[in-house]
Amino acid sequence: MRSFLPHYSLVAPSSLPEVLALLGMSPPRRPFAGGTDLMVLLEAGTLPEGGYVGLWHLQELRGIKDSGEAIEIGALTTYTEIASHPLLQADWPLLCRAAEETGGVATQNRGTIGGNIANASPAADTPPALIAYDAELEIVSTRGTRRVPYDRFHTGYKQMDLGADELIARIHLPKRPGSWRQYYRKVGTRRAQAIAKVCMAVACDINADGVVDDIRIALGSVSPTVVRARAAEAALRGHGLTDATITAAEAALEREIAPIDDIRSTARYRLRVARALLREALRL
Amino acid sequence: MSDAAPCTIRFVVNGRAVDVDAHPMARLLDVLRVELGLTGTKEGCGEGECGACSVLVNGELVNSCLTPVLQAAGATITTIEGIAGADATLSALQQAFIEHGGAQCGICTPGMIIAATSLLARHPDPTEAEVRTGLAGNLCRCTGYMRIFEAVMKAAAR
Amino acid sequence: MAAPVVGRAVPRKEGRSKVTGQARYVDDLTMPGLLHGVTVRSPVPRGRIRGIRFEGGLPWDEFTIVTARDVPAPNRIALILNDQPCLADDVINHAEEPVVLLAHADKGLAERARQSVVIDVDPLPAVLSLDESLSGREVIWGTDNVFKSYLVNSGDVDAALAAADIVVEGEYETGAQEQLYIEPQGMISIADAEGITVWGSLQCPYYVHKALTTLFSLPDDRVRVVQAETGGGFGGKEEYPSHIAAHAALLAMKSGRPVKLVYDRAEDMVATTKRHPSRTRHRTGLSHDGRLVAMDIDFVLDGGAYCTLSPVVLSRGTLHAAGPYYCPNVRIRGRAMATSTPPHGAFRGFGAPQSLFALERHMDVVAARAGLAPDDLRRRNFIVQGQTSAIGQVMREPVEMDALLDRALALSDYHRKRETFDRANGHSPVKQGIGFASFLHGAGFTGSGEVHLASVVDVEATADGHVRVLAASTEIGQGTNTIFAQIIADTLGIGYDQVEVAQPDTANVPDSGPTVASRTAMVVGKLVETAARTLQQTLVDAGLLGTGGTGDAFIHACRTYIGTHGALRARSIYSPPPGVQWDDEAYRGDAYGAFAWAVYVAAVSVDTATWETRIDDFVALQEIGRVLHPVLAAGQIEGGVAQAIGYALLEEVIWRNGRMANGQMTNYIMPTSMDLPPIRVFFEERPYAHGPFGAKGIGELPMDGVAPAIANAIAHATGAAVSKIPITPESLMATIDRQLEAARV
Repeated sequence: MRSFLPHYSLVAPSSLPEVLALLGMSPPRRPFAGGTDLMVLLEAGTLPEGGYVGLWHLQELRGIKDSGEAIEIGALTTYTEIASHPLLQADWPLLCRAAEETGGVATQNRGTIGGNIANASPAADTPPALIAYDAELEIVSTRGTRRVPYDRFHTGYKQMDLGADELIARIHLPKRPGSWRQYYRKVGTRRAQAIAKVCMAVACDINADGVVDDIRIALGSVSPTVVRARAAEAALRGHGLTDATITAAEAALEREIAPIDDIRSTARYRLRVARALLREALRL
Repeated sequence: MSDAAPCTIRFVVNGRAVDVDAHPMARLLDVLRVELGLTGTKEGCGEGECGACSVLVNGELVNSCLTPVLQAAGATITTIEGIAGADATLSALQQAFIEHGGAQCGICTPGMIIAATSLLARHPDPTEAEVRTGLAGNLCRCTGYMRIFEAVMKAAAR
Repeated sequence: MAAPVVGRAVPRKEGRSKVTGQARYVDDLTMPGLLHGVTVRSPVPRGRIRGIRFEGGLPWDEFTIVTARDVPAPNRIALILNDQPCLADDVINHAEEPVVLLAHADKGLAERARQSVVIDVDPLPAVLSLDESLSGREVIWGTDNVFKSYLVNSGDVDAALAAADIVVEGEYETGAQEQLYIEPQGMISIADAEGITVWGSLQCPYYVHKALTTLFSLPDDRVRVVQAETGGGFGGKEEYPSHIAAHAALLAMKSGRPVKLVYDRAEDMVATTKRHPSRTRHRTGLSHDGRLVAMDIDFVLDGGAYCTLSPVVLSRGTLHAAGPYYCPNVRIRGRAMATSTPPHGAFRGFGAPQSLFALERHMDVVAARAGLAPDDLRRRNFIVQGQTSAIGQVMREPVEMDALLDRALALSDYHRKRETFDRANGHSPVKQGIGFASFLHGAGFTGSGEVHLASVVDVEATADGHVRVLAASTEIGQGTNTIFAQIIADTLGIGYDQVEVAQPDTANVPDSGPTVASRTAMVVGKLVETAARTLQQTLVDAGLLGTGGTGDAFIHACRTYIGTHGALRARSIYSPPPGVQWDDEAYRGDAYGAFAWAVYVAAVSVDTATWETRIDDFVALQEIGRVLHPVLAAGQIEGGVAQAIGYALLEEVIWRNGRMANGQMTNYIMPTSMDLPPIRVFFEERPYAHGPFGAKGIGELPMDGVAPAIANAIAHATGAAVSKIPITPESLMATIDRQLEAARV
């Protein structure tokens, strides 16, 4: 363990208001959920030193509930809970897929969806699915509650629209006819316990004439943040899925993503695979 | 409250109630191994990748290297030392691991048996695909996993 | 008489302690007053040390601090050339080279201190590739960067190539591979002027013993090396533990306290040895009827910054480079080169996986150029009993590669699949392919190695008829304890439970040689058998036991003998099988006492959307003499195949400025339970006269043939001219892109 524990603190107040009060103090404490990301940094000696507030036991941020208009997922809901939830399995299967492809069972038991979002990794597995589903975040602080469309939440590499005193409380997934076509594929470094090299989620509404009425395309690991491929969506919206439109969408996609070479893959590969996945998604 | 200082955390491990004084962010792994002498739980990577440190917390499989001990407060924990019966009778899984070659060097074995125990609790009669998925967070460099799958399937059949 | 146990799946000796968590590995051990050691390493690949600063406002007076100045001259870790310092002094020769050791009772503080030491270095130019090393522009070792070279020359290669009907050239590369035992390396030491004791995770107690007696100039009986339960080795714990033991002993000696030095995963990955990267060039001459008439092979290994074991790794690679084929004209030039990376070292297969990857991939390329099927080309050229190999070894034992190939191809449904895939691939986004490799692996030390080792094994009996094996061979997961006990039980006709195997401890066991080179079952196992026979003969000679006497008679005889003589012990010392000859000077002769032979077949699918390869089926058929323990033997093969699948497809060491950049398990990708096909293992059993109960070596064999079988299958599926492993999706895509590019030009 490469971090020096005496330079850290961790408290776990018993209620959300107490947690928010601590987050609002100066210097601010940082939230600490399941630990599957932060403890890795602690091991590596790269976790910022200072105070942390444990969230794990906060019941008010757990669970999946049907609010009528939307499905609400508490930020502390684990991947295991998401992957096995019947409502999500029925109508939001991409999220279940993403959850069950995140780490192994032990990680899925402790990793939370709020943590996955707030860790702000461009390679995170659930965010592309959340973007494809038009998710909205409910963010709380002592100042009150606000909503942010998820596709505008990540503003740059590890940057997001979240104040030091704020906490992601819930994720709202609007209900949509179950007839939407859906696609999720994570191309990782191996078949399990893998970090995505390219990940794509697509939700697409095609009318009786075979024309794309609406579409959401989101990708991980190809830009500084998880991104929504708006140009590719625009190239498809209002068109039938012909070879020409698909090719145009691929070209648009190629222009709006900015993959890099790193220790896991190459820019060239990511670009090519992103195009191939889009084609695969649209041909389903 | 000086929260960087050690605090007393109480939990139950292998049926025994314990109080430990530890930094709240200390890894459950270190508390088990160093404070409690339960060295059957192993450290392979420290980053949640290999599963050698797997334990059950309230019946759920977790990596103890990624669990701050504060999250164990009030929990019921099972480590490999708590898997055999009180009279040292091996569990069906432990027996099957010996008979079918599921353990070679043995360093992944405690975590593997804990993960398999958790798997069989969820899927008492698993398919091979379920076994593969259930053990995907536990890396073994010796066996190529084939004999581990066989041991788990045989234990389930018992 | 107890029922025979050889050939039966008796329970692993230490199985119970492993499944219950009771087995004690080095990090599980503790001692009163223990200090925790850490190692401060060089930040650059090459340079001159200007100074060492102790920063961070830490209570440095509480620390035990060891630098090169504390190391007894000549500051070397004994191995082959004794060229590697214990701690760098003055010059840095590779990234992560150890420079300073620290110890403190508080483990967290020790780690903080490690991060607070600054080593100021004036950089020197580093040599970061084989080509740079071969160019000799910057000389970092000797006069030409060559640690060792070998030349095998039989017949007249140049004339044969000139006369050949077809000549096919090829160049092949293999990357570094991390052993990735799940237990990181570590040692505990106590030391004072009287002597040194270390307990640790290790394969070769007497290597560590020699390193310590040499470094500290101590007599043999003042250094004691004890193997703790060891969580995998694969060669990675062959030579490197000597360094950790020396470091722990230096800290223990200076502090007067026990010191534990256990690496975390990140340190283990960046600092310890890996498999040698390699490049092999082949020029192969073929006659019009598909016979090999000339093989010209240039085999180069990247040895890293110090010589360490590179000469012997190079030797095994060189001696396996022509594979299981007969060819009258063969030239093999082997060279191990110096670069500025951490030294590469022992890893299961020890040079053979590198040269055999090149050969077996090349054989498919040659077959295609000659218009022959891959199996047809090989069949025309397999070496057979009575023929002499390129190395000058006469094949005295039966060689039945033809029959192995037939059976392996039948088991894998090779011919039907090849046709089906060829028909279906054209219009499918997923391309399927099937490929194989046929190969051999020499068991035991290379050449005269076993004669020089002159290994020793003792066995002793107790008054109640229990027998203990005293050997330095370590149990590292492969089953040493179990097979030794089986061999004793059946030799003496006693129960398996009556046999115990002593913990390797240089204070109690003789030097049976290192636990490497697939030698434990075949070579040391034979010594175990011989010692047991001597022990039995002692009882027979004393008139206490009939020649066939076993079971109760044996117990009774032991009791009587020990009652009279006090102890009953027997020793055996290695002598080579009759007729085995090796000429070190000429580098010719019987390279190995015995070979294991194998054919491995892989069926794969390649997704052309992502260039990911999935292995659908894997057949591993081998002839390893008698199978001593079916479950352990299959486990060795399955584990080796899995590790080699990683080598072939996933495991890539990313080097940045001579340092491993992906030294975490998250980013160095070994196979999980989801990444492997069913691995189907089959044995042919041809008992070997000079192995215990007919056994030959097995441990390294499965590492050799997997990567070329997979590469050949991928080439079949995609048409890609695969020549380099690992075949990651990125590299496969790039290979195919280059081919398409070349076709357009």
